[in-house]
Amino acid sequence: MLLNQFLILSAVLFGCGIYGVLTRKHTVLVLMSVELMLAAVNINLVAFGAYNGNVAGQVFALFVLTIAAAEVGVGLAIVLLIYRNLRSADLDDVDVMKG
Amino acid sequence: MGFMENAWLVPLIPAVSFVLILLFGKRMPKQGSELGILAVGSSFVLSVGAAIGWINRVNDAESAEGEHALGMVFRAMGRSVGRFSQEEGHAVLPVEPITRSITWLQSGGIKLSAGIQIDGLAVMMMFVVTLISLLVHIYSTEYMRGDRRYTHFFATLSLFTASMLLLVVSDNTLQLLVGWELVGLCSFILIGHWWEDKPNSDAAVKAFLTTRTGDIGLLCGVIMTFFVVQAGTGEGSFNIVALNDSAANAGELGVSHTLLLWTAVGLLAGIIGKSGQFPLHTWLPDAMAGPTPVSALIHAATMVVAGVYLGARVFPVFYEGFSIADGGVNPMALVGGITVIIGALLAFVQDDIKKVLAYSTVSQLGYMVLALGVGAWVAAIFHLFTHAFFKANLFLGAGSVSHSGSHHSFDMKKDMGGLRKYMPQTFWTFMIGTAALAGIPPLAGFWSKDEILVNAGENDFQVFLIVGMVGALLTAAYMTRCIYYTFFGEYRGGDHAHADGAGDELVEHHLAEVQDEHAHAPVAVATHDAHDDHAHAGPHESNWLITGPLWVLSAFSLGIGLLNAPGIEKFTEWFEPRFAFPDLPHAEFSVAWASAAVVTGLIGIGLSYAYYWRGLGPQRLSERNSLARAGKTFLVNKYYLDYLYENVIVAFIKGPLANAAYWFNQHVIDNVLNYTGRGAMTAGHVVYDYIDQKGVDGVVNGIGISTDEAGSAVREIQTGRLQFYAFMLVLALGVFALALWIAA
Amino acid sequence: MVAQNVAFGIIAAAMIASAIGVVTTKNVVHAALFLVVVLAGGAGQFILLGQEFVAWVQVLVYIGAVIVLFLFGIMLTRAPMHPRESLDNDLKWPGLVVSVFLVGILSALMIDAFDDTEIELEAPTRTAEVSSELFRTYIIPFEVVGILLLAALIGAVVLARKD
Repeated sequence: MLLNQFLILSAVLFGCGIYGVLTRKHTVLVLMSVELMLAAVNINLVAFGAYNGNVAGQVFALFVLTIAAAEVGVGLAIVLLIYRNLRSADLDDVDVMKG
Repeated sequence: MGFMENAWLVPLIPAVSFVLILLFGKRMPKQGSELGILAVGSSFVLSVGAAIGWINRVNDAESAEGEHALGMVFRAMGRSVGRFSQEEGHAVLPVEPITRSITWLQSGGIKLSAGIQIDGLAVMMMFVVTLISLLVHIYSTEYMRGDRRYTHFFATLSLFTASMLLLVVSDNTLQLLVGWELVGLCSFILIGHWWEDKPNSDAAVKAFLTTRTGDIGLLCGVIMTFFVVQAGTGEGSFNIVALNDSAANAGELGVSHTLLLWTAVGLLAGIIGKSGQFPLHTWLPDAMAGPTPVSALIHAATMVVAGVYLGARVFPVFYEGFSIADGGVNPMALVGGITVIIGALLAFVQDDIKKVLAYSTVSQLGYMVLALGVGAWVAAIFHLFTHAFFKANLFLGAGSVSHSGSHHSFDMKKDMGGLRKYMPQTFWTFMIGTAALAGIPPLAGFWSKDEILVNAGENDFQVFLIVGMVGALLTAAYMTRCIYYTFFGEYRGGDHAHADGAGDELVEHHLAEVQDEHAHAPVAVATHDAHDDHAHAGPHESNWLITGPLWVLSAFSLGIGLLNAPGIEKFTEWFEPRFAFPDLPHAEFSVAWASAAVVTGLIGIGLSYAYYWRGLGPQRLSERNSLARAGKTFLVNKYYLDYLYENVIVAFIKGPLANAAYWFNQHVIDNVLNYTGRGAMTAGHVVYDYIDQKGVDGVVNGIGISTDEAGSAVREIQTGRLQFYAFMLVLALGVFALALWIAA
Repeated sequence: MVAQNVAFGIIAAAMIASAIGVVTTKNVVHAALFLVVVLAGGAGQFILLGQEFVAWVQVLVYIGAVIVLFLFGIMLTRAPMHPRESLDNDLKWPGLVVSVFLVGILSALMIDAFDDTEIELEAPTRTAEVSSELFRTYIIPFEVVGILLLAALIGAVVLARKD
C-alpha cells in the first residue's frame, strides 16, 4: 500500500470537514464536521505511525481521540447554552460581534 | 547547639499554625486559640534554647585560650573583624554568627538565598517576640472571648508572629524585606479587626499607607545593599554579614562613602515609616483602633521595633554612611531626637489611655533611633529589650482596665478614675510598668535610658543628651498624669457609661459584638452571659488569664534591667555583635549622670503630682491664657501633621495640582496648538489658493475618501459571523500553503 | 497486497461518500449516522494498517460515546429533522471553492513529498506494546490528558446546568 493513498483520503475527509464547518447553519452539524476533520487527522497519524514502524502514531491518535471526546462534551454544552439563550441553534443568529 | 542551626523552625511553626487555624480553627474546642498558643509556646522554647546556645558559644569564645581559629582566618585576610576593647587591652575574639541558607532563586549568576543568621541580636529578638506574643495570646483568650472573628484573630496573630520572626532570623536584606512587608500586612489586618466601623478601617488603611511611604525608601535602600556588597566583595548579594563586613571596612575595601550614605538614607526612610519616627509617626496612635492585645504586640515586640531592629541589624551601614563616629548631628540622631520630644509632648493632651501609651511608644522609639544615631548600639538594643516588657505590660494593663473597669472605654477622663480600689493587681502592675518607663531605679527603663544618655554624652552628642533629659522629664510627667486619671480620684465610669459611650468612637465595640453574637452562636451564649454580667457589675479585677501575663511582664520590667547594670554587663557581652562590626566605644556607668536622670524623672513626677493631685500651679491655664490655649490646640491637633498630609498635601495633589495641570492643558497646550494652527492656517491660505486647491487637494481628498471607503468596506467584513471568519481563515491557510509550495 | 488495496478502495469510497453526506444532508440525524460510517471506515483503515488497538478505541469512544452525545445534542436543541429550508448558509459556493482548493493543495503537497512511498507492514502492533509505550514514554501527557478530560467534564456540567 502506498502511504499517499491514506494521506489523500485524509486530505479529502479534511476538506469535507472544512466545507461542513464553513457552510452548515446548525451548530451540532458544525461540531460533527469538526469531528470529521479530527478523524482525518487520526488517519494521518496512524498512517505515519505504521510507516515509521512505531507506536507513537497510535499513541497520539489516542490522545486526539480523548481530546475530541472532551471537545464534543464542552462543545455541546456550549450549544445547549446558546440554544437556551437565543432559542435557536443557528450559528447565523450568533452575531454579537458584528462590526 | 541544634537550637541555633534549626532556628528556621521558630518562624515556621507559627506560620504553619496560621494555616491550621484558618483551616480547622473553627472546629476546635477553643476555636483555634489553643493551636496558636501551642505554636508560639514551642517557638518560645526553641528561642530560649537558641539563646542559651548562643550564650554558651560566647562564653566558649571568651574562655578559649590563644588563637581562635576564626580569628586567624581573618587576621590572615588582613582585616580587623574582632572588636578590641581598649580598656582591658586584649583582643575580644570574634564570635561568628551561625548562618544557614539555601538558594531560593538563581538568575543570570545572581543568587538570591533564603536563610537564617543567628547571633546575639537575633536570639534576643526571638526571645522577646515569642515571649510577648505568647503572653498576648494567653491574654487574648480572655480579652477577645466571644468576638465574632475570634478564630481569625488568632490565625492572624500567628502569622504576625511568624512574619516578625522571619524578619528577625533573616540572613539577607531581601528576606528581611519580605518579613517586613508581611508584618505590615498583618498589622493592617489586625488594626482593622473591627473593620465594620469606619474609623477602624480608616486607621488600618492609614497605618498601611503611611508605613508604605517609608517603604519606598526602604526598597531603594535594600536594592542598594546589593551594590554595597558588590563594591565590598566583588560579588553582589543581599547577605547581611557580607553587607556589614563591606560597610564596616568600607575604607579598606574601597566602598564609596556616597553609596553608603544613600543606602543609609533609604533604609532610614523605612525605619521612619515603620518605627513611627517623625514625620511619619501619625499612623501609630491611630493604630490604637485595633484590639488592645494587638496594640501591645505592635508596640512592644513586632511591627514598630522592626524598624529599630533593621537599624541595629545593618548598623555598620549607618555608622559609616552617616559618619556617626565623628559626632555632631546626623540624620538618624536628629530624627530620633525630634521624635522623643514631639511624642512626649503629644502624650500630655490625650484623654485616651491607649493614645497616651501610643505617643509614649513613639517617644521611646525615638530614644532607640537616637541611640543608634549616636553610636550607642548596645544602649539602643537594650532599651528595645526593656521597653518591650514594660510597654507590653502597660498596654495589657490598659486593656485590663477597659475590659473590666470601664465598660470597654479607653477615655481616662470620662470613664476611669479611682480604679486603684477595684483592680489592685492591674494597678500595681501598671505602676511597675510606669516606674520602669519613667526610669526609676532599679527598674528596667532606668538602666537602658541611662545607658543611652551617658553614651550620647560620651560620643560627643551633647545636644541629644539634653534632648534625652527633657524627654525623660516629660515621660515621667505624662505617665504620672495618666496614672492619676486612671487609678486615683473618684470613679467616673458609673452607669452613664453605657448611655454616653454608645456612639463614642473611643468605646471598643466589644459589647456590641457580644450582643450580636447572641443571635448567631447559641453555643457561646453561656460564656457571654457570664461575661456580660460581670461587665455590668461595675469595675472589678480581671481574671487570671489577664493578670497572669501582667505579672510576668511586671517581673521582667522589675528585674531585667539588672542584666546590663554596671559590674554585670551581661547584655553587652552576650548580644553585641563581634563580627563584621565597627569598634564602638562603651561609656562607663556614671553615678553623676544616673542621678541627674533620676532627679529629672522625679522632678517630672513631682510637677505632675503637684499639678494633678494637689491642684497646685496654673490650673486650667489653657482656658484663661490664649497663648497656652493656642499651644494646647496645636498639640491636640497633633502639630497639624495629619492636616498637612490629608488636607494640604493630598488636597494639593487632588485640587490645585490637578487643576493646574488641567489649566496648563487647557490654556498653554491648547493655545500652543491653537496658535500653531492659526499660523499654519495663515500660511496655508497663501498656499491654498495656488497649490493646494488644485494639485494636493485632489490627492489629500482622494486619500481621505479612499480611507473612508476602505473603512466602510472593511467594516462589512466584520459580520460577526463565525463561519465567515472561519472561511477567511481557511482561505488564508490555503493561500499560504500554495505560496510555500511554489516557493519550495 | 492486492486484497488490501481493494479493501482500502471500498472502505475509502464509502468513507468519502458518507463524509459528503455528513456535510450535505438535510436531516440532522442522518448526518450523525453518516458520521458513524465515516468513523467506522476509519477504524477499518486502522485495522488495514495493523493498528488494532486504536481501531477499537475509535469504535468504542467515537461510535459508542461521541455519536450518542451528538444525538442528545440534536434532541435537546430540537434540530429540524425534515426542514423545509436548507441547512446551509450562503457561504455554500465560496466554501466549496475554498475546501476543494485546500484539498488540491494538500494532495499536491503529499504527492510532491511522498510520491510512491510504500508502507512496509510488519506484524500488527500488539496492544502490550502500545500500553508499555503509553505508560512509559508518554505517561505525563497521558496524565495531563486525564486532567483535561476531568476539566472538560466539569466545564460541560457547569455550562449546561440550569441555574
